[in-house]
Amino acid sequence: MTGPWLRVRCALGAVLCLALASSPALAAGQINALVWCDHTDEPFLKAFTAKTGIKVNVKDYEGTGTALSLLEQSKPGDWDVFVVDSTDVRRVVERGLLAELNPKDFPLADIPDVVRLPEYHVIKGKMYAVPEKFGYNAIAFDKSKLPADKARDVATLWNPAFKGKIAVYDYYLPVIGQVAVALGKKPQTLTEADLPAIKEKLKAIRANSALVGDVTTSQTALATGQVAIVAGGGEYSVAGLMAEKPNLDWVLPDVGGIRWQQAIGVFAASKQKKEATAFVQYVLSPEGQAKLATSSCYWGMPANGKAALTSAQKKTLRWDEQPKFLAKSYPYPSPTEAFDKAMQDMWADVLQK
Amino acid sequence: MNGSLAASGAPVPSAEARGARRDALRGFALALPATLWTIAFFVVPSAAILVWSLFRREGGVLVTDPGFDNYRRFLEQDTFRLALWNSVEVTLIVTVISVILAYPLAYVIATRVSLHRQRTWLMLAVLPFWTSYVVRSYAWLLVLAPDGVVNRFLLATGFATEPVALSFNRGATVLGFVHFFVMLCTLTIYASLARIDPKLRRAAADLGANGLQTFLRVTLPLSMPGVAAGAFLTFVIAIGDYVTPQILGGNTELLMPQVILLQINRRADIPMAAALSMLLMLLVTAAYLALARWLTARRT
Repeated sequence: MTGPWLRVRCALGAVLCLALASSPALAAGQINALVWCDHTDEPFLKAFTAKTGIKVNVKDYEGTGTALSLLEQSKPGDWDVFVVDSTDVRRVVERGLLAELNPKDFPLADIPDVVRLPEYHVIKGKMYAVPEKFGYNAIAFDKSKLPADKARDVATLWNPAFKGKIAVYDYYLPVIGQVAVALGKKPQTLTEADLPAIKEKLKAIRANSALVGDVTTSQTALATGQVAIVAGGGEYSVAGLMAEKPNLDWVLPDVGGIRWQQAIGVFAASKQKKEATAFVQYVLSPEGQAKLATSSCYWGMPANGKAALTSAQKKTLRWDEQPKFLAKSYPYPSPTEAFDKAMQDMWADVLQK
Repeated sequence: MNGSLAASGAPVPSAEARGARRDALRGFALALPATLWTIAFFVVPSAAILVWSLFRREGGVLVTDPGFDNYRRFLEQDTFRLALWNSVEVTLIVTVISVILAYPLAYVIATRVSLHRQRTWLMLAVLPFWTSYVVRSYAWLLVLAPDGVVNRFLLATGFATEPVALSFNRGATVLGFVHFFVMLCTLTIYASLARIDPKLRRAAADLGANGLQTFLRVTLPLSMPGVAAGAFLTFVIAIGDYVTPQILGGNTELLMPQVILLQINRRADIPMAAALSMLLMLLVTAAYLALARWLTARRT
């Protein structure tokens, strides 16, 4: 057969070949990772590809709910690697999404005990995710407008002297957790009975704040001088800007605060578990950890204490204060579905009124 | 009898009837792609949202027994009702301001600018569309900042003695919306104005109408379809927009899109988000029906 019909068939064939080649599940030497945006820097990914020949296709998301919705729309096997909040590992495992990992494959001994958090990552005796990065939802501030000792005092957040100078990070778990710590409660043991007292404090912070915004909005407000403090901010919101804007800084309040923590695992339905595990190992290596900790999207503490950070990077991350910060900080609460809903409703109520 | 009898005795359709059938088939074929498109990308997704809105999330599990729990929750919780009210209020304010600002601009372009320059003016009018919506919102944040252009002007001219809080409030949200929708309304109103036959205005003048009377009795009524189209588009897009209130409003009040996203972001409560989306869709449908009815009443 010749002529136009042949050309059409050739074109269709080419399109089909391209479609098959780009299909995530079929591509050889490629893995697909569902990640937070700090895993999307080209140098970070290329270094792994250069070592192993495995290309990593990344899709970034924000919020575990969004990730779960994405997964519901995907076919089993579409994804290989999952970066998820440590607090949500159990939730994800209960859905049968993560594969068991062999602890011997990862440098767990180099991860501080409190960061290893087996109660979050090990379920029924099996490890499903490895902590890879953490940081603090604490106080980010402008040194030119707020002395460091005031930043370390959590009462600054509801001090009327700072009315209109505060931005609040719009994620209810860490902000509620910080208020709980300020009230002398442990975030992990909160119950619905604790919510009225927390709500009162949240209202006071809300009344004092100029805005409640996502990372970028609160970061922009701080960087442009619209506010002097970001409640719920931390190294993740200012460390990447500090070289350019030395007036910005962050600190954990003296009373203690909340530690965010993310973990990495391999999908149970992955058809390329070996390659996916190799990527997890790279992420946890000193080189991968240094790159991940100083990602262009947001900085954070490497889980692996042997991360190859420079002294300037360590200073920005307040490396010398880590033992103290770790001792005084709590991971995010890991609430039941009903309690999570109650906290979310309370948060929406505080924002709305 | 229109048809003749064939050898079998069955009536043979006339050429006229065959032509009508051919036209009907052609019409059906032409409408088919748009119909399929609408079914695939509007009817089916809307039906899916409706079905999901009848499910519920309980203890982390999706319960698929249909019910109205999510709608009941909407009625019981102030936060949701207030969000709907805030959305309607903000959207109406934006729509009215956008139309009021867009009309004179469209009028000047359509009636005072020579034909060959109209294209340049229209291009200038739609320049804001060329930048990303998110970038534009952040740009407004910088303009409205304490050390932004507006505050610097106010301080320099003595209108203010200290920086005024211009961002992170409803005013900033309205401003961000209006900046975008004035351009949209300008286009739809211009399209209506440009279609008005200039002879009608001249005829009104011949009959003794002055400029204002001609505008009020001829130009304005004939341009109302453009005004209505612009207002409706503004209403529909603004009421469902998440970006502008989130960036410029600073969460000082929650609108429906923000409340919807709050349901999904962490808890993946898709059924509740679907119920809230259905309510928003109902509101938009009601607005459309009211507008269509009003336009029909005007024509008759």
